[in-house]
Amino acid sequence: MHNLGRRRLPTLAMAVMMLAFAQQIVPAHAEPRASEFTLSNGMQVVVIPDHRAPVVTHMVWYKVGAADEPKATSGIAHFLEHLMFKSTDKIAVGEFSKIISRLGGQDNAFTGQDVTSYHQRIAKERLGTVMDMEADRMQHLRLTKDEVATERQVILEERRSRIDNNPTALLDEQMNAALYLSHPYGIPVIGWEHEMAKLSREDAMRFYKRYYAPNNAILVVAGDVTPEEVKKLAEETYGKVPPNPEVDGRKRPQEPKHIAARRLELKDPRAGNASFHRYYLTPSYTTAKPGEAEALDLLMKIVADGATSRLYKKLVVDDKIAATSGGDYSGWGLDSGAISIYAVATNGTSLDKVEADVDAVLDEIRTKGVTAAELERAKKTFLADFIYESDNQASLARRYGWSVAVGRSLSDIEGWPKAISKVTPEQVKQAAATYLDERRSVTGWLLPENANGRGERVEQPVAHSRS
Amino acid sequence: MQLIHEGRRMAAAPLPRVSFRLGRAAGAALALFAVALFTTFSGPAFAMKIQTIKSPGGIEAWLVEEHSVPMMAMRFAFEGGSSQDPVGKEGLSNFLTAMLDEGAGDLTSREFQERMEDISMRMSYEEAKDAFYGNFETLTANRAEAAKLLKLALNKPRFDPDAVERIRKQLLAVLVYAARDPDKVALEKWYAAAFKGHPYARPANGTEATLVKIAREDLEGYRKRNFAKDTLKVVAVGDINATQLGVLLDEVFGDLPAKADLTPVAKTTPVTGGQQEVIEMNVPQSVAVFGLGAMPRKDPDFLPAFVLNQILGGGGFASKLMEEVREKRGLAYSVYTYVYPYQHTSIFSGGVATRNEAMGQSLDVIRDELKKMADKGPSQEDLDNAKNYLIGSYPLRFDTNAKIATQLLGLMMDGFGPDYVANRNAMIAAITLDDEKRVAKRLLDTKNLIVTIVGKPTLEHAKKG
Repeated sequence: MHNLGRRRLPTLAMAVMMLAFAQQIVPAHAEPRASEFTLSNGMQVVVIPDHRAPVVTHMVWYKVGAADEPKATSGIAHFLEHLMFKSTDKIAVGEFSKIISRLGGQDNAFTGQDVTSYHQRIAKERLGTVMDMEADRMQHLRLTKDEVATERQVILEERRSRIDNNPTALLDEQMNAALYLSHPYGIPVIGWEHEMAKLSREDAMRFYKRYYAPNNAILVVAGDVTPEEVKKLAEETYGKVPPNPEVDGRKRPQEPKHIAARRLELKDPRAGNASFHRYYLTPSYTTAKPGEAEALDLLMKIVADGATSRLYKKLVVDDKIAATSGGDYSGWGLDSGAISIYAVATNGTSLDKVEADVDAVLDEIRTKGVTAAELERAKKTFLADFIYESDNQASLARRYGWSVAVGRSLSDIEGWPKAISKVTPEQVKQAAATYLDERRSVTGWLLPENANGRGERVEQPVAHSRS
Repeated sequence: MQLIHEGRRMAAAPLPRVSFRLGRAAGAALALFAVALFTTFSGPAFAMKIQTIKSPGGIEAWLVEEHSVPMMAMRFAFEGGSSQDPVGKEGLSNFLTAMLDEGAGDLTSREFQERMEDISMRMSYEEAKDAFYGNFETLTANRAEAAKLLKLALNKPRFDPDAVERIRKQLLAVLVYAARDPDKVALEKWYAAAFKGHPYARPANGTEATLVKIAREDLEGYRKRNFAKDTLKVVAVGDINATQLGVLLDEVFGDLPAKADLTPVAKTTPVTGGQQEVIEMNVPQSVAVFGLGAMPRKDPDFLPAFVLNQILGGGGFASKLMEEVREKRGLAYSVYTYVYPYQHTSIFSGGVATRNEAMGQSLDVIRDELKKMADKGPSQEDLDNAKNYLIGSYPLRFDTNAKIATQLLGLMMDGFGPDYVANRNAMIAAITLDDEKRVAKRLLDTKNLIVTIVGKPTLEHAKKG
């Protein structure tokens, strides 16, 4: 498998070069790692060579997600993603994944607010077959009412597994709904249960016909291939799918100016220790001014990431009022980004104390900024993560696919280490002052109490043995 | 760093929240068990050279050189794991996994962690029932310094009182969460039922009562008894040659005692006769874990059982249970099985999560499928499909340095030599339909099925073993 020493690895070699530079905080000269071209029907193609093993990661990204759903059909983007595994004119019901499996491949799919992605990992000789199958279901999906009814039960089960069985996920859903006053990012990707229960075959087909077309899709192939090979195969498969002239840009309702902090409290006997959560609305990499999203990434690394972070030092190490803490900046959205912060109280500590501590940390950063040493360490860690991640072709394919799907260029992606290394302490301070603004925030408390508000210790589960 | 389980964290992922088609539970199970099981391979397309080396100080390791990227991954393990936690001190080895980056030698917790970040070194630990695992990654340029830190962590951890108390609080918080997570409760109670009286039945994360009793002497005691050269297994992959690895091995592990001082653990099998336990929890969806004993890893029937599992519930969307429970009936988002060989036992196990009122029906369907398989075995087509997948997908397990190291360590832990790698696909290919029928009968005796359900399930329809 490992073609040891036989072939070079431009992708990783490049990444490591960038790290070497970054360690001296000198901008790297960005050499292209991936290449791109567009088919005559408008489908974008990105190829990321990685010749270490004779395998490929094949992904098709549609530039559509949950935030594009028609009103009152929340969950339809994700539901359609499930239904794409039913049948086509050529492939019998449920056969798609079985064929991939028989070919020694693995497949899956996922849905986000802005993207829907289908992917396979497989031996490189099978790439043409996989592309043929994926191009086929881009235009020939078949659905029966019964299949739709059965799969609807599956997504409702998925909701129960991911959300309803988990109080933290329930709080997250409520906080997102409060964070966005107008934008559909406030609606969960999986959907609201009452709307999911009514999703129909027609809803799915309408969404499919409108958005699933080559001129609304990106093909990403990472692995043991050349751009020329991919181009030839892509023209023979996706190239034959007609474009849909109806596909238009994504025009979603945008946020008004936020003028008031929002708060909410969820009491759930399943909550475990009380926990504190805070979200702030921010720009994303797509919407931010140059350098601003990078500054937010670095800010949150310093504030919230891991045992060396400010929050952890203050709440967990020094004041000993939290068992753990964390947070990050999520800058991948098409229309906006968000900062999130959390802290889990130690047993018996009130969330008032935890919140006061978190606010003290944030106030200090807002007014005094970060130290040069902190910033340097954050940059180094980020760039190292970037490189370690580059060891994995599936991660690389995902990074490129997602970025291109939300409008970033290959040079944006490959220039990221350089952009990170250029961020100054002043920019980080400015980002903190601008975006850690309570008016842009939602604060959530998750409390292990009954609705009557009394702190009540939850009994251990009762066991009943039968036979 | 021991943090609250990832599933409990919000928005901590580097990518936006997404919904995946295959359940996290199933995905996690597949990923976890792939580690220990798919430790073999062959095929003309591969030319991976596994060297077995011995350091000047006598420490053995497997090495795969890959010089195109100036970084390396090393995975290592000490035999023992949570089975070596003393009675009454359950959770000790798990506690230790969180303490090894909390200061060592002259470096305090904070100094140690900042130093690791400064040299972009990665180090983490996890315990399993039979072993204590370490993960180490470094860039070539920082290798010598990273090795020094790793050596300190293994040989001179400080266990400062402040750090011990901090981690104890985290572990207690994790326990509180875990007690309310139906997946975790189901799994823990299943092991408690299946291996009553054996170390495998004990909770690896401990209980509140045991965690509060663990002192720094316990942590140091575990380290001294378990971190030793005779039970050490090491695999390195990446930009390092045999001579350099020899130096690194002696530096990191050379000062450890020659012999571990392990408490013997008896061979065991899950209880037979069948049982079903319901643990009430007020959740909209119940979780069930089911399972029974399987063949040991070196039993000639193990590989056929492994292929059988692929057909039944290990093959994601291509598996029988997924077809019957999810695709045809919409009963669950995730249903899966696996075969897992521990050092002192072996199990066939699986899980399903479904709305409370459908749990009875889901378990009926699963039992029926297991019985059908025991009676008739798979079809030739099922067998061919599973073999095609297992053989064809083998390279996917070896496409990063970190994955190669993990795969090879699993192979080592199972007691195989590197030559086994080259024979694996041929062994899978040689399995016949008769093998599968024989093994299905031997493995899937549903009257021995141990079932643990957490939730508020409706079970009128649920038949018993």
